Amino acid sequence: MKTQNQRAWFFVLPVLLLVAFNALIPMMTVVNYSVQETFGNNVFFWEGLRWFEELLNSDRFHAALGRQFLFTGIILAIEIPLGIIIALSMPRQGFWVPVCLVLMALPMLIPWNVVGAMWNIFALPDIGLLGYLMNTTLGIDYDMTQDPFAAWATIITMDVWHWTSLVVLLSYAGLVSIPDAYYQAAKIDGASSWSVFRYIQLPKMKQVLTIAILLRFMDSFNIYTEVFVMTGGGPGNSTTFLSIDLVKIALGQFDLGPAAAMSLIYFAITLLVSWLFYTLMTKDDGK
Amino acid sequence: MRKRSLIPIIYIIFLMLPIYWLIAMSFKTTNEILSGFSLFPQTFTWDNYVTIFTDPSWYWSYVNSIIYVSINTVLSICVALPAAYAFSRYRFLGDKTLFFWLLTNRMAPAAVFVLPFFQLYSAVGLFDTHIAVALAHCLFNIPLAVWILEGFMSGVPKELDETAYVDGYSFPRFFITIFLPAIKAGVGVAAFFCFMFSWVELLLAKNLTSVDAKPIAAEMTKTASSAGYELGLLAAAGTLTIIPGAIVVYFVRNYIAKGFALGRV
Repeated sequence: MKTQNQRAWFFVLPVLLLVAFNALIPMMTVVNYSVQETFGNNVFFWEGLRWFEELLNSDRFHAALGRQFLFTGIILAIEIPLGIIIALSMPRQGFWVPVCLVLMALPMLIPWNVVGAMWNIFALPDIGLLGYLMNTTLGIDYDMTQDPFAAWATIITMDVWHWTSLVVLLSYAGLVSIPDAYYQAAKIDGASSWSVFRYIQLPKMKQVLTIAILLRFMDSFNIYTEVFVMTGGGPGNSTTFLSIDLVKIALGQFDLGPAAAMSLIYFAITLLVSWLFYTLMTKDDGK
Repeated sequence: MRKRSLIPIIYIIFLMLPIYWLIAMSFKTTNEILSGFSLFPQTFTWDNYVTIFTDPSWYWSYVNSIIYVSINTVLSICVALPAAYAFSRYRFLGDKTLFFWLLTNRMAPAAVFVLPFFQLYSAVGLFDTHIAVALAHCLFNIPLAVWILEGFMSGVPKELDETAYVDGYSFPRFFITIFLPAIKAGVGVAAFFCFMFSWVELLLAKNLTSVDAKPIAAEMTKTASSAGYELGLLAAAGTLTIIPGAIVVYFVRNYIAKGFALGRV
């Protein structure tokens, strides 16, 4: 077992200082703004909880929050099952394994604004590959900048393209850690491939899937750069997710107070949902 | 069996299509791109790349990105190593709370921190330096590095530490000559992830710099001129940003799956 040792704090100290510098000071700035009103020139007026009340009653915030949850829900519903299916059908060993892994990891290594720009070029109606296929070959009227549905579909496809590999790699790591003996035992028992999946593979993947769901939730809930580059939140407000709305308020309109209040609520929601996921998925671990 | 291997193949083709399109565009002239659809470049040209490699503000933006990513990777690993060791080997007052608090920083939306970071780094006089971006990226890279390294370290049996102490090793000597080689793969994987997340994050990088440490992201907005987008140039610049990631992932190819699992399989 681990030994009790309070000197371990000295080992953690550098991390603590660096992260605290980056997290606590900016967070205090945000808290500070969230209860004040400013008209520039560093003059501030106390506002108390007004921004929070206004925000929680504002339709604009509700709409952005709703879009955000819808987006994250769709993303998780597509990427997690798809990632598991792909991981299950990947070869376990041989020459093709590293090739597959490297190719699959590639989208994740592309800077996020390049991902946005890339999909923009890809989806251009008539001159982009996707836009051309949709409009000319399939005859579907498709223009991401005009049609909200097309914008949503493109952003979701982009995110599936960008991040499904994360789920694949995690599930794959879980799968290769299962000893062969398990499969042999299942074969002797005459287990169907569904029961092999349900009683051997899925439980073994549970821990990595928890990580996958948590990371995918956090990152899709915080998505900003790709969507901003692709649609800028449009057409209209149809793809204005929380972070895009936040940056519009903070840097576009320079309404620091409301933006800060929104930041805090946003962060609190992310924390709460992550904590719920984490508690739900690890509650059986003690057994 | 053959039907089964179709799924990864289709998936990889789907992954490669937009990348192919970006690379194909980078070899086209802007006129060709705008004049109509063509699957392959009709007038194959290196002009877009020549523009980038002959314009100092273009290639310096790449160098800037690589500098702050490197500083960040080294810094994150150096401070995360002892911390991860403490979390994997000892119990101490508030260890669980501290670990969870570190992870919450991974959840903070970067958009929330843009403005406070700008003010903080301006106040301490680091605005527009590589150090500023490297430090800012520590916010999400250190927790991740601690998380990954802790996973790998927990896989090393505690007997290794005890045997070394019995043999009369001092802690620093044990850590550097015995323990570090034992978790080499973990360090490699953690460094890869720090590199990756620092390289792909551009919102903070863009807002913490203006001229001297300008990253490639900010430079890419230059392709939007009054005459419209220079799509060929944009595609070429984008293609070049894929290369460092591709090189780094090649080196850790045997560990990426385990690394994504944070060493926990």
